[in-house]
Order: sequence, then C-alpha cells, then structure tokens
Amino acid sequence: MAAAARTMFEKIWQRHVVVDRDDGYTLLYVDRHLMHDGSAAGFAKLRERKIKLRRPDRGFATPDHYVLSSSRAVADIPDPQHRSLVEQIRTNAAESGITLFDLGDERQGIAHVVGPEQGVTQPGLTLVCGDSHTSTHGALGALAFGIGSSEVAHVMATQCLWQRKPKAMRVSVEGKLGAGITAKDVILAIIAKIGTAGAVGHVIEYAGSAIRGLSIEGRLTVCNMSIEAGGKAGMVAPDDTTIAYLKGRPFAPKAAEWDKAVAFWRTLPSDEGATFDRDVSLDAAAIAPMVTWGTSPEDALSITGRIPEPSTAPDAAKKDSMKRALDYMGLVPGTLLEEVPVDRVFIGSCTNSRIEDLRAAAKVAAGRKVVIPAWVVAGSGLVKKQAEAEGLDKIFLAAGFEWREPGCSMCVGMNGDTGKPGQRIASTSNRNFIGRQGPGVRTHLVSPAMAVAAAVTGHFTDVRKLLG
Amino acid sequence: MEPFTTLEAAAIPIDQPNLDTDQIIPARFLGRPRPTQVDALFHDLRYTPDRTPRPEFVTNMPAFKGARIVVAERNFACGSSRENAVTVMVDNGFRAFIAPSFGDIFFNNCFQNAALPIRLDAARVAEIRVLLHAKPGSMVKIDLAAQTVVGPDGKTDRFEIDSFRKDCLLKGVDEVNLTLGYEKDIAAFEARQRQELSWL
Ligand code: SF4
Repeated sequence: MAAAARTMFEKIWQRHVVVDRDDGYTLLYVDRHLMHDGSAAGFAKLRERKIKLRRPDRGFATPDHYVLSSSRAVADIPDPQHRSLVEQIRTNAAESGITLFDLGDERQGIAHVVGPEQGVTQPGLTLVCGDSHTSTHGALGALAFGIGSSEVAHVMATQCLWQRKPKAMRVSVEGKLGAGITAKDVILAIIAKIGTAGAVGHVIEYAGSAIRGLSIEGRLTVCNMSIEAGGKAGMVAPDDTTIAYLKGRPFAPKAAEWDKAVAFWRTLPSDEGATFDRDVSLDAAAIAPMVTWGTSPEDALSITGRIPEPSTAPDAAKKDSMKRALDYMGLVPGTLLEEVPVDRVFIGSCTNSRIEDLRAAAKVAAGRKVVIPAWVVAGSGLVKKQAEAEGLDKIFLAAGFEWREPGCSMCVGMNGDTGKPGQRIASTSNRNFIGRQGPGVRTHLVSPAMAVAAAVTGHFTDVRKLLG
Repeated sequence: MEPFTTLEAAAIPIDQPNLDTDQIIPARFLGRPRPTQVDALFHDLRYTPDRTPRPEFVTNMPAFKGARIVVAERNFACGSSRENAVTVMVDNGFRAFIAPSFGDIFFNNCFQNAALPIRLDAARVAEIRVLLHAKPGSMVKIDLAAQTVVGPDGKTDRFEIDSFRKDCLLKGVDEVNLTLGYEKDIAAFEARQRQELSWL
C-alpha cells in the first residue's frame, strides 16, 4: 500500500518526535535555538537549577531588542538595565559555548534576519526562539515558532519541548501580483481576510503561484506575520529558490553534505493530495497596496479605501472596538486613506529590513525628498553593508532619510527609539498595537515602498502613482 | 511548581477582543527585574499618560480588589511571546483566565507558571462578563480535577483541558525534571539524527 499523502508540516513533525505519550503530548526535538538580549531570563533559570545547556552547538545568539540604532558601543546604552541585558548575552554565550554574533560584528542584527542570512535556518528543521516572530524562519521550509522564557530554559536544558500537535492550514495565493505589490501587502491582505485569530492552533503553509514567485526575502516577510494571523507557525515549501538562497551561506552544509541535504530538502514539500484541516485561498491580482487603519493587524485596507464607519460593524462589540480603535488612532470615518497625514516613517524590523526591502524603498526614494522625519534601520550589519555596496545608503541620505545601525529599533522601541504621543507613524513593522511604538503613538503598517511614498508626500499615497 | 487544584475568587471582566500582550505589560517595562514589574500590569490602560489612575478601568475599581480570575474576550493575550504577560498577572494575584480563545504562546506560558487558561463557549463567556459588570466582586469557582467553572449565577460549565497539562498542574510537576526523565529517549534520538542529518 502506498504511504498516505502527508503535509510538509506532518513530515517535519514526525521526524522530530522523541516521545509520543498516550495523552496526546509529544516531546519534540529542537534543532536550532536562537537567542537574543531578551533571553537572559532563560539563562538565569538554568543557572538557578545548576543545569548546563544540553546542546550549545545548536544555539545561536545576537543582541537586537535593546541595542541602540545610533551607536555600536554597549557603553552608550543609557539605561543600566538594558545595558546589562546586552552585556549578559555576551557573558552567557561565552559561558555556555553558543555561537554569538555580537554588537560590533557585521553579522549582528535582528535574530530573524540573522538566522536565514547565516544559513542557520534550513529546510526540514525545528527552530525555536523566545520571540513570537520566530515564525519568520518557516520561509525556508523549517518548523519555527516562538516560545516563552520558561520554555527557553526547558530547551536549553533538554533540547526538547512538550507540544500538542497543532492543526495544518493552507493559505494559497494564486495568480500574479500587480506592479508595486509586495509580500507585505500579501500578508496584510491575508490577515485582513482571516482575522488575527484566524489561524489559532494551526501551522500555516503558504502555497500557490504567487507565493512560489516570491523571493526568500518576500517569503520571510509573509511567514513573519503568521503570528499576527494567530498561527503557531508559517511555512513555505523549499524549492529551487530556497536552495539557491542557502548555497554558500556560512552555516549551510558544504560539499558532499550539501548534496545529501538538498536531496533531503527535496522530499519535504507536501505530497500531492495531502489534506489540510483548513484551506483558504486569495486571488493575487486582487491585492492592492495595504495600510492598517486601526490597532490590530487585521484592520487593514487597500490604499484606495476610506476609514471605515463603525456603524457598518456586524455587531455591537465590533462596533465598540472599532470606535475605540478610531479614537486612539485619531481618525474620522469616511476619510480617504490617501488624505491621512503622516508625521514620521520607520523602515525596518524583522518583517521588512532585508536587502530586497531596502532596494524597493530606495527605488521610490531615488530623486525625491522626505517631508517628514524618516528612518531606515537595516536588519543586520550584513544587510547594511550590502546596501552600502549598492549605493542605497546614498540614495536614502540624499532623500533626507536617517541611515541607522541594525536592531529592532522603533518596531517595539525597547531601546528608546519611540515616537511621541499622538504621532502618526507609517511603519514597515508587524504590530500596530496601542502603544507599541511608544505611549499614545499611532502606528500604521505598510510595505517599505508605501512607507517611502508617505515619507516623500507627507500622507499615505498609493505608491503605484510614484512608480509610474 | 505550586499545584493548581481549585480556585474560588472574584473575577474581573475584560471586554476588549484581541487584548494583546503589549496592553498587559508594555514593552518598556520588560527590561526590569520581575519584582519591579508588578505595577506595570495593564499600565497604559490603567493610567493616563501623567500616571493618574483611570477610575473606569476595571482593576482600578474598588469592587474588583482581590480578584484572582480574568474573564476576557476572544484572542486574549495575543501578540508577543513575553512570559512577563503571565508573570505580571500571577504577581498581581491572578491564577486563572477564561476566554473564548487565547494567543497560543500566552496559553502555553500559563502552564509554566501554575496558571490555568480556560476556553469556554463565547456566548457563555460574554454572559459571565455581563454578570460580573452587574455585580462587581462576584465569585467564580474553578475545579480543575472536575474541569468545571461555576459562574456567579451558579451555573456550571465543563471545560476541556489536555490530560497532560491537567496532570502537571494538579501535581505541580516541574517540566524540566519530567523531561530529564526521558534522557535515554533524547540521547537515542540524537544518535539517530547524527546518522540521518549528518550536516547539522
Ligand atoms: S523587529 Fe520587532 S517584531 Fe521583530 S524581533 Fe524585533 S521587536 Fe520583535
């Protein structure tokens, strides 16, 4: 009898089962563990119990949340507690023997940019990190998800996690994306359709011709925001694009091992006829540049739209939450999105700070001038270096952008990079939660190209008009 | 870990859907040691920017003082992986959360901190919240072994929980110790993987 058709998720899951208990719980092996400056709590828990890391060779760390975007010197970090967290990743790495891409090393950056860039992230592996956007790594065909600090300590001690098997969901985007439409617009359109709880309990496999047509950078952007759709993880099947991307990366397999790895990766895509617990599909051609108007990532609209009327809400609770969101965002229902003025622009974060994002942004910025403060924060030192080699920094600087040092920066503002109360920010990050970029700050999520369009016009603008 | 068996306590209603972890504890408090985070719970919902308590926010209402249970809306505690969202709740006395659905990572983090997240039917959760608003300070009773929640109206609902999680909570099992008991299986897995995925 032929083996039953399996999803990619199922294949990777089965390969990592250490123990299957009768009560439905699985002890799952973790191949890669990424750590950052927020992982100090995990190390402290381990130290308390006098346990050593089981597999330091599987651990990789880089400081990102608390590092300054204005300086590379740890001593410059003004808050002593933040400084200590950045110092602790250094001492913890040295003591435990994990690999560290430290501040000052050009490989340092946002963990979710660094992992794929270094070839640490690979198809068929399980990867965890004490950060919800670990879903990013699924773009290479890995099963990657975020965990809390107790689970971080558990992985450090045992290299395993207790898991209940999530369900599988497929989101297919078929057809061709229009000119000027990016991966960010695709994922915002998906979340607008299924909602922020749309994929709770599920691992999403993104499929369809539009997804296959995306570069790895684009797929990373899509998988990054799986968590905003409520998903446990997001993944894209490895293909030629994936294999070409990984070739020659520092931690990717070499020589004969490379061929062996590629042969394995080729077995991973979901089998023909594999069934998913849920299937959703979108038409790529119908996706326009997206902007969020509210305080949840599902509050996303096409740039051609108007701020919605709470009176159109399906029920009283929804109406109430819309009203609250509009109130916080300082928006009047019925206003054309293109007429909403913007105070500030942030291009960066693990969603959109890779070389392709910076190229797309530079293309719009070239020959134009910003009319509001605007920042570009590359996702890693290597992205920054590459952009400088291509002259992108010159384009941004000539247009009046600030060209800053890699890290999470204004995505969450833990390093002090926050906006002022009431400021409206067009941001390429992933969360428009209340206060995410500082108390009272109004965040609108957009693609890098759309962020530049806002920066050079001072209001939301359909970037397709500028691409001409 | 402290076991969780039964809990009878006042409950607070939280009506916003998708109440994210940034609202439970804003990012700017995360770099501090845990004992100094206690007052960061719901910080920006509880206080105005000049740190005046907002009298209308539920945890500021005297009638809800001493509450140990949260009754929330759908997708409660979605967002970031910050375990501080659970610990700041626990440090403020909360041990159980009732909602139609939760953010996945928060849900898992609860079990690591002897706290119990309970999924109940959305209509019933909404009903309990209405009761709590009508009579602030009324009690909710949770029995983990029986898997029941008794609302302020005396009505009993049964909830589902994985037997693994239930067992760990009831006995206060330490997960790391539990897993270390499977050392042989882990070592066997690693030996097998060295053969199969030799490039790792
Ligand atoms: S860039 Fe933002 S979302 Fe990504 S890891 Fe950093 S803080 Fe989290």
